[in-house]
Amino acid sequence: MRFLIYRYDPESGAKPHMQPFELEPSPGMMLREALLRLKAEQDEGLTFRHSCGEGVCGSDALNINGTNGLACITPVATLRQPVEVRPLPGLPVIRDLVVDMTQFYGHYRAVKPWLQVEGPEPEVEYRQSPEERDRLDGLYECILCGCCSTACPSFWWNPDRFRGPAALLQAYRFLIDSRDGAQEQRLAELEGPYRLFRCHSIMNCTVVCPKGLNPARAVGLIKRMMVERQL
Amino acid sequence: MSGLERRRFDALVIGAGGAGLRAALSLARADAHVAVVSKVFPTRSHTVAAQGGINAALANVTADNWHWHMYDTVKGSDFLGDQDAIEYMCRAAAHLVVELEHAGIPFSRLPDGRIYQRPFGGQSQNFGGAQAARTCAAADRTGHALLHTLYQQNLRARTHFFDEYFAIDLLRDEQGYILGALVLEIETGELLVIEAKSTLIATGGAGQLFRTNTNAHINTGDGLAMVLRAGIPLEDMEFFQFHPTGIAGKGMLISEGVRGEGGYLVNGAGERFMERYAPKAHDLASRDVVSRAIYQEVAEGRGCGAQRDHVLLKLEHLGEEVIAKRLPGIREMVQTFLHVDPLHHPIPVYPTAHYTMGGIPTNRHGQVVVPLGAGEETIPGLYAIGECACVSVHGANRLGGNSLLDIVVFGRAAGNHIIEFLKEQRTHRPLPPESLERALERLQRWDRRGEGESVDGLRRALQETMERHCGVFRSEAVLLEGLSKVREIRDRLAHAILKDHSRIFNTARIEALELENLVELGIATLVSALGRTESRGAHSRIDYPERDDRHWLKHSLYYLEGERLEFKPVRLKPISVDTIPPAERVY
Repeated sequence: MRFLIYRYDPESGAKPHMQPFELEPSPGMMLREALLRLKAEQDEGLTFRHSCGEGVCGSDALNINGTNGLACITPVATLRQPVEVRPLPGLPVIRDLVVDMTQFYGHYRAVKPWLQVEGPEPEVEYRQSPEERDRLDGLYECILCGCCSTACPSFWWNPDRFRGPAALLQAYRFLIDSRDGAQEQRLAELEGPYRLFRCHSIMNCTVVCPKGLNPARAVGLIKRMMVERQL
Repeated sequence: MSGLERRRFDALVIGAGGAGLRAALSLARADAHVAVVSKVFPTRSHTVAAQGGINAALANVTADNWHWHMYDTVKGSDFLGDQDAIEYMCRAAAHLVVELEHAGIPFSRLPDGRIYQRPFGGQSQNFGGAQAARTCAAADRTGHALLHTLYQQNLRARTHFFDEYFAIDLLRDEQGYILGALVLEIETGELLVIEAKSTLIATGGAGQLFRTNTNAHINTGDGLAMVLRAGIPLEDMEFFQFHPTGIAGKGMLISEGVRGEGGYLVNGAGERFMERYAPKAHDLASRDVVSRAIYQEVAEGRGCGAQRDHVLLKLEHLGEEVIAKRLPGIREMVQTFLHVDPLHHPIPVYPTAHYTMGGIPTNRHGQVVVPLGAGEETIPGLYAIGECACVSVHGANRLGGNSLLDIVVFGRAAGNHIIEFLKEQRTHRPLPPESLERALERLQRWDRRGEGESVDGLRRALQETMERHCGVFRSEAVLLEGLSKVREIRDRLAHAILKDHSRIFNTARIEALELENLVELGIATLVSALGRTESRGAHSRIDYPERDDRHWLKHSLYYLEGERLEFKPVRLKPISVDTIPPAERVY
């Protein structure tokens, strides 16, 4: 099986390039496993992040044949050859497939992704009906891999000002949590032409999400809340 | 060397899983100057992979109280757990789970709006009676929900994070005070000296010791090895948990929650074999019991599949709604890795290396303790919590749902104790240069060039050796052979050479340092397993098949120097209730 892998060694002074590799895949092999074998058998310097190997830690998001996804849950057998593996688009590359995600995490922090409750805490849990809890499904499962935001053209053009789909998905996760009391402040902080409204419903985020989440829908629902807030 | 950058903090937390983050949260909220060092971005920590839930006697589903939870935990530990620590944990559980809910965890809910609780293995009502539903769950993603929530709360508390920094070694002075750590910024390859009045190790377990494991790549026991090198022993390292239901041959964890929701195991004849091994609890017996049963079924030719090398976990009968609501992550994982829908097909499973019960010896405040005369003394300024620590609440076998509880209970306890410690410890003690030099040598050794074996090949050799020689069942001959093999791997590792000598994001160098850590832990595990000539909990010796309370109701302590073992008594006396005396363990 043939691979073309993005290589960039900042210490060499050389420009980034696509390096060909070949590998005999094993049955059921995921891309992460293929990269690990290439690193072990052919080039120790090949550099990428990875950890859990089962799609829950969010470390190994990559651009695979032009589409963002997690290496550990992408079977190589499904991929057109040569398999082109690049770092997530739009972020500064540190080395090979490793990108600097500082800005991505910054947007996440900026939406204040924590539960905010007014008033004294009871000694027991806050009550939340199963229906209220159901509304968090499809939102809280985000693993912060970055596939969605780095697939979003609006994020590419305005990475400093547009929050991006991952952060907005989290914003919505708290906006509709029946326990949260900061809805008004959360919406106010998303006002203006950039933070939320740069989303033009291109839907790349939803197409690439490896957890099957739908950030585009969440953004649309925030926009609706914004409108209702004006009425 | 004096040119190294130095930073000073009140508290240094190494590891950003649930334990480290819970401790950091207490510290940051108390206005302590706290640094959290993690070799990965915090939400990549392995707590994220915990599925089934967290135990607390909330009594939302079945009648319950912490006494029953304590009894189950002591029994589950095969009476090796320290009963003061177990009482402390079980009593604190309800309060801490409620606190986590207030912090934002999206727990699944009961119709009346309270937290959903599911049955889990080894849980009973009324001291060994009917099955209890004690495990609080956020679907089958409880660890993910817990880790993200704690990270979010730390962002709110403005905890100082050093993301993607690797801890090389602890720094200490002649008097034995721990003064911080030498850490490596992975992105730049720059070193940083972090001086701290107190250092908390929360680096997780060492599941990468074994070839097939449920653990993440990062679970290399770094903190355990750092402690060994600092001359401190490791406790009960012979006890390593094999989870009954890893995906056969691959290792991904299939939560005990599957059996909690009503799933069950069958052998090649279609028989529900757990009925023979655990007449009352069946598939929800303790993990050590179920793992041995599966091993035995396969060993005696009653496995499933063409090779008869696994058993099947059936959940088709649960129906689509239960699976969609309670086990969505499991369904997704099975579809991804086995290309079948568990709604229609059973899951092939086999016991898989999962959890390090042993670890850094601590008391229930998280302080690291070593023997002194007939008693113990604390190592000043050093704390350990979570999977890398041995409090010991899990003893010889951990109950499902008690690990997430362990990390928040002792994360909070250690955080609170450090806050008190900092009131006494007003200044940083001077850092002797020799300590730093030792730590630097550890790194510089990998600058050697030339010809030599690769690190990756040695890691695979270690993992295969540990799997073959230190698995579910053990014997002296097999362990001895394993020990000599791992010693040989250690010698070869001393001569291994890296090809990649770059500074920036050099993962090959990190993996070399991790393997050095793992190899020492492999030897610790084998030596401790050889030492314990009885069968207890997860440690099953075919040459010593019985539990032997007369000689072995004690903890082992493994010292790096001389690879020797010492022992200390189990703390059988709880804080406020009567001792739960060792008894025959039947499920």
